[in-house]
Amino acid sequence: MKNDSKERSPEKKKQGVSRRAFLRGAGMTTAGTVALASGMLSFKAAEPAPPKTAVLGPGETEVRFVVNGQQRTLWIEPRTTLADALREHLHLTGTKVVCDRGSCSACTVWLDGKPVNSCMTLAVDVEGGEVTTVEGLAKNGELHPVQEAFIEHDASMCGYCTPGMVMSCAGLLERNPNPTLDDVKLATSGNLCRCGTYPKVFDATLAAAKKMKK
Amino acid sequence: MIPAPFDYAAPGSLEEAFSLLEQHGDEAKILAGGHSLIPMMKLRFASPEFLIDINNIPGLSHIKEEDGYLKIGALTREAELETSEVIRAKYPIFLDATKLIADPQVRNMGTVGGNIAHGDAANDHPAVMMALRAEVVISSAEGQRTVPIDEFFYGFYMTAVQPNEILTEIRIPVPGPRTGNAYHKLERKVGDYATAGVAVQLSLDENGVCTYAGIGLTNVNPVPMRAARSEEALVGHKLDAERIELAGQYASEDCNPSSDLRGDEDYKRAVVKALTKRMINKAIERATS
Ligand SMILES: Cc1cc2nc3c(=O)[nH]c(=O)nc-3n(C[C@H](O)[C@H](O)[C@H](O)COP(=O)(O)OP(=O)(O)OC[C@H]3O[C@@H](n4cnc5c(N)ncnc54)[C@H](O)[C@@H]3O)c2cc1C
Ligand code: FES
Ligand code: FES
Repeated sequence: MKNDSKERSPEKKKQGVSRRAFLRGAGMTTAGTVALASGMLSFKAAEPAPPKTAVLGPGETEVRFVVNGQQRTLWIEPRTTLADALREHLHLTGTKVVCDRGSCSACTVWLDGKPVNSCMTLAVDVEGGEVTTVEGLAKNGELHPVQEAFIEHDASMCGYCTPGMVMSCAGLLERNPNPTLDDVKLATSGNLCRCGTYPKVFDATLAAAKKMKK
Repeated sequence: MIPAPFDYAAPGSLEEAFSLLEQHGDEAKILAGGHSLIPMMKLRFASPEFLIDINNIPGLSHIKEEDGYLKIGALTREAELETSEVIRAKYPIFLDATKLIADPQVRNMGTVGGNIAHGDAANDHPAVMMALRAEVVISSAEGQRTVPIDEFFYGFYMTAVQPNEILTEIRIPVPGPRTGNAYHKLERKVGDYATAGVAVQLSLDENGVCTYAGIGLTNVNPVPMRAARSEEALVGHKLDAERIELAGQYASEDCNPSSDLRGDEDYKRAVVKALTKRMINKAIERATS
């Protein structure tokens, strides 16, 4: 799982300033500040310091983050979303992209432990962070209790929403080991399921919570 | 859907961000939670050449009462409002609003500053901030200025934030005793923008006479709107059914909704009236309990 064409050795240095950014930056001055309206509270007469921040892109740039407990290094354009980085570059295709605009939660992964839409997050923005995908839930070959419960309760039909649904439900149990039905409904309120598996998803999640307490 | 290419920098301080803004001017866009900007970039409604990611800048994420204000840092996530002690204790209007903003995944990323800086009358925080008479703190290399919320929204996606500036904080005057506030919006499904939404804050004196009224409306005007005539109808009066009816009536007359997939104009005016009355009653209930 470690190697693929787009992932290069971690030794490779980060591009400093891209040529395009450098040319554009050099041509600009600090003039042209917009005249401020009334209501100035304080005035700090300091020249802006030259940027120390590395400018990345628009071409490929090195991005590092942890995926399912493993440090990964990717060469991607800044415009690459986390979903595309996972699917196209790391070949972790468990994360599904359905709407690609934040409306369906099929692409839910955990970023630093919190469920987020990976289609709406830039992979560069995740630098240094920790990502968990549906592939990372099973431990030592054993499915996560939520995954097991989904199977037992037949909580999946076409399956397209299922990885996102599982990440929302397992995420809830991480935060709250004693969820009520309403908590499960809230946690999955953004996850659209066209097949209508909701009642089984709710049953499965509540059953998994019980099992995890044992 | 893939955004057009852009350069990207994630400065570690406001000073560095300001100097990047000075260099790149209106070619640059600030990236906060990205949940309004990235969809626009995917649809090519926006193609900034430079993205300045402010997520690594410390000091922009807080919720605290200080110097007579509730101060909310621009980078505060919606989900942080939901769990904040001070919000839970004193500002239930934010709990009303956040649970209606998008879904939990979006709320883990979307920021309060971004919700306002986006300048979209369909977003929910602008109306809430109008009801609370918030002030917006805007910073640049030259210093800091505060803009009252009524002077913040210039037009569709246009706000008082200039290309060299960053919205850093929202300040809300700490309300006095016997104050209540509430927000509700009609939505077709979870995650939908409002068909119409109404935010209300009221203060009452010992005799039940209204001493303060703030009413903001969501998505029924090209820019977020204050229902000024409704507020005037309440202040200085005991809030009986007749007064509340009048305030609801004025709000429905003064807003400017457009007919669209969420409903036609008359329907939306009726929704505004119903919600205004309901939120006034809820605010009174909270002020007196
Ligand atoms: C499916 C979906 C449903 C949604 N539903 C709702 C809803 O019901 N109600 C609602 O209110 N919102 C809704 N939203 C919008 C969501 O709340 C956004 O997160 C929010 O409007 C913008 O916040 P952001 O931090 O993501 O900003 P970004 O997308 O990062 O930025 C938005 C704009 O503001 C500018 N900006 C951001 N922060 C600053 C700053 N500090 N200073 C200067 N400029 C800044 C950016 O340059 C950009 O132009 C929804 C979003 C999605 C994807
Ligand atoms: S694919 Fe990301 S929310 Fe729909
Ligand atoms: S199982 Fe088909 S969309 Fe949910």
